[in-house]
Amino acid sequence: MNTRFSWFNATSVALGFAFLYIPILLLVIFSFNESKLVTVWGGFSTKWYSALLQNEAFLDAAWVTLRVALITATVATVLGTMAALVLVRSGRFKGRTLFTGMVYAPLVMPEVITGLSLLLLFIAIGMDRGIVTITLAHITFAMCFATVVISSRLVTFDRSLEEAAEDLGASPLDAFFSVTLPIIAPAIVAAWLLTFTLSLDDLVIASFTSGPGATTLPMKIYSSVRLGVTPEINALSTILISVVALGVIIASLLGKRADINREI
Amino acid sequence: MRLSRRASLSRCSVVMVNDPNFRPWDDPNTKPLIDIQNVTKKFGDFTAIDDLSLKIYPKEFFAILGPSGCGKTTLMRMLGGFDAPTKGSILLEGQDLTGTSPAQRPVNMMFQSYALFPHLSVGENIAFGLKREKMPKADIKIRVQEMLELVQLSELEKRKPHQLSGGQRQRVALARALAKRPKLLLLDEPLGALDKKLREATQFELMGIQEQLGCTFVIVTHDQEEAMTVSSRIAVMDQGEIAQVAPPETIYEAPASRYVADFIGDVNIIEGRVSTTKENAVFLDWHENEVSLSALSDQSFTIGSTAWLSVRPEKIQIYKEPPQTNNAIAGKVLDIAYLGNVSTYHVELSNGQVIKAQETNAGRSANRGIDWEQSVWVGWSTDAGIVLSQ
Repeated sequence: MNTRFSWFNATSVALGFAFLYIPILLLVIFSFNESKLVTVWGGFSTKWYSALLQNEAFLDAAWVTLRVALITATVATVLGTMAALVLVRSGRFKGRTLFTGMVYAPLVMPEVITGLSLLLLFIAIGMDRGIVTITLAHITFAMCFATVVISSRLVTFDRSLEEAAEDLGASPLDAFFSVTLPIIAPAIVAAWLLTFTLSLDDLVIASFTSGPGATTLPMKIYSSVRLGVTPEINALSTILISVVALGVIIASLLGKRADINREI
Repeated sequence: MRLSRRASLSRCSVVMVNDPNFRPWDDPNTKPLIDIQNVTKKFGDFTAIDDLSLKIYPKEFFAILGPSGCGKTTLMRMLGGFDAPTKGSILLEGQDLTGTSPAQRPVNMMFQSYALFPHLSVGENIAFGLKREKMPKADIKIRVQEMLELVQLSELEKRKPHQLSGGQRQRVALARALAKRPKLLLLDEPLGALDKKLREATQFELMGIQEQLGCTFVIVTHDQEEAMTVSSRIAVMDQGEIAQVAPPETIYEAPASRYVADFIGDVNIIEGRVSTTKENAVFLDWHENEVSLSALSDQSFTIGSTAWLSVRPEKIQIYKEPPQTNNAIAGKVLDIAYLGNVSTYHVELSNGQVIKAQETNAGRSANRGIDWEQSVWVGWSTDAGIVLSQ
């Protein structure tokens, strides 16, 4: 591979990253703007962040979002682990291909359709829409992502490790908790963080499945922006970006560590 | 200090394997440790093990040898309890093992991949089974130290498996499998991942450890040299059945069939018809216009039946003049391979068959004055070969 520096490569990289990150960078910069006008720089200030803390509506929405995301991430990771174990471990059973396809399909399903179909389901069974329905909907689509992350780790997991544990006197359950789980733990944490961030920033599915009194942060931001962009929104978005970026970075670092352990 | 211990270990092990008095399989009063009775294992329509019976005695170093797919790993997994026989039963000291899980058996296994727990240190790996046994902490500590000393890894107790070399991992796996003092240790291709030099050294070490602990070892391997070196007896397997069970020298010098003769070492096999038998010598007509060949056999043959003469290349001499030996055949040199310690001559006979003859290069000049395309004679004595009926 040619790794020499060339102006062409440097320019391509710079342009690519500029395309991706200049909008976000602008948003972050203007969240520290003194002026109330979003496009005019009026000096550095953190007053919009403190204003945010006074805004009850935003805080309520943030609390709803956080609760939904925590429950979603936990339940989706547990379900995802179980699905991944079945997909990777149980060899060939009747309908395995169908099952695999059905687990992965929601990954590529348009969110609008997932949201709409869930809405129809909740109406059909007469379920009151609110925080519970948002959480259920989020678990539904987040579980697929958790399954993908965990099963990709399980595929390379050497079954003889579990057999060795059982050979040395461990029960199958003991073998799972003392050998399998610690080894796939990085993938499980990564799946949790991924599903947490997915739930945190979802707008479409939440809009379909929420009811009165249950407004998530992305929904709140979206509705506020329609009345005009304020620096307060910029501040809020900056915080969201930080949380999501942190989650993704930790998830990828854990993935890397798992790779190192895997080389045995 | 350490060097001297290692040396003494390997010395006593050599005595052990060659000890002519260690033949429990010939003594009808010895109780087998493992008694495999008419075991069949099927995976769907595929029969991996076909009605196999086998006895393994205490303190044996027993090798199961065969090509890949012959069922040797399946047999080992059934001993370990990872697979259940479709039919038949396996007894350990007279107790039927059917239905007992791997955790309940006094049998431990050293896995081919070593299967070390990557998140645990060397010491914790070795202690894993002892903790499950509810052994007191102080005793676990002592046992772990003992095992580390046994495999000479005392300084590495705190290391993680990924910080070890391949040879060190192999030793940790061995120490972990031996820590619970199993009655039977199963070794699945234990040395396959090591390079040749290390493998040979480890073979002797394994023998030393086995001798020291007095534990029964069953090793599964496809490497015939490894099986010959370490074992007291070898079972050669062929498609789910046992072709022969015997000590290494019997397997080599008196194979039961062409399959065994061909699987172990190099061999020349000449097909012929039995013309006469005299005492335990059998004479074979193998080609018209050629004298009949003779070799020994304990089997009885009917005159006129097809049989095969098997003779190892190193037992065949090559001559420039017609020799006085019993089995002398004229031929033509096709190829000469110089290997340093020996030279192998490929000699084509009048029926087109090629015979391999191996000559030791005793002097420094390997030149015997034999060249390509030269007419020569190959010959061997009657007791050099063996006649096989199958």
